[in-house]
Amino acid sequence: MSFTDWLVFFHIASAFALVSALVTFWTVAIAARNVDRPVDSLRYFRIAKPANVLVAVGTVGTLIFGIWLAIDFDAYKVWDGWILIALVLWAISAGTGQRGGKNYMEAAKLAGRLDAENRGGESSAELKALLQNRNAMWLNIVSSVAVLLILIDMIYKPGA
Amino acid sequence: MLAAIRPDSWNFPLLLHVFGAMLLVGGLVTAVTALILGWKRDAAAYTRFAFWTLLVLVLPAYIVMRVGAEWIFSKENFVEGEEPDWIGVGYITADLGALLLLITLIVTGIANRRLRRADGGTSVLARIGAVLTTILLAAYVVAMWAMSAKPG
Repeated sequence: MSFTDWLVFFHIASAFALVSALVTFWTVAIAARNVDRPVDSLRYFRIAKPANVLVAVGTVGTLIFGIWLAIDFDAYKVWDGWILIALVLWAISAGTGQRGGKNYMEAAKLAGRLDAENRGGESSAELKALLQNRNAMWLNIVSSVAVLLILIDMIYKPGA
Repeated sequence: MLAAIRPDSWNFPLLLHVFGAMLLVGGLVTAVTALILGWKRDAAAYTRFAFWTLLVLVLPAYIVMRVGAEWIFSKENFVEGEEPDWIGVGYITADLGALLLLITLIVTGIANRRLRRADGGTSVLARIGAVLTTILLAAYVVAMWAMSAKPG
């Protein structure tokens, strides 16, 4: 296997890591949507923990290995239209995903605090409101749609 | 940069294949995490979550991935018996993976049922489900390596 083959593999593996993280976040977000007890929400936040690592690895990895590949491949240039589109979509996805994720981090902190105060089994309206926050949900939708558009852009390569 | 330039008619089947594969791996990562977390505590809740993830997400994602794979394979016109090695790796992991996925679904489903009735405790079947799901995930990571780096 050539060096370029490994670059392709790491680029695609990063993309899989990113999408895997998004899938976990969405599954957890949907499952925890009607949860109001900290002890129940903490169970879901534990499932999402490895996804926090995957999203960081995937976001950084797709960018680094993607640019590296664009430099390595003679047929492509970093300033090709479809690559620039991917970079813009990557920035949108990373920005909105980070902002949307903050809400869930706040919810996790609140659930942890309530559980530490031995109130883990009690309903919390504040926790429920955070888990059902519409702005956060829309930010995550935008982030995920941007990732889907990157995938379409990578396969169709408009203008290449 | 998923592949070099290819005929436009190949793009949609490839998109379907890759999108399905990404959802499949993502669903497996989620289910594995839940089943491993349920190994020592809250087995009933984690097994239920993992079972529904496997049933509602992983199984349909597998079908999308497999349909896309067969569609793009039919377009590539490989000579029978002379297909590259990575195609073989893809077929083996996809077909054995389907069998393993069905077994995992049954095992995790029974574990989910038993844990719900028992109202707590741990389950050997849920642990077997965790091992099977981990093997399945590892197999698809190997398939992803073969599909992307295309050795041979």
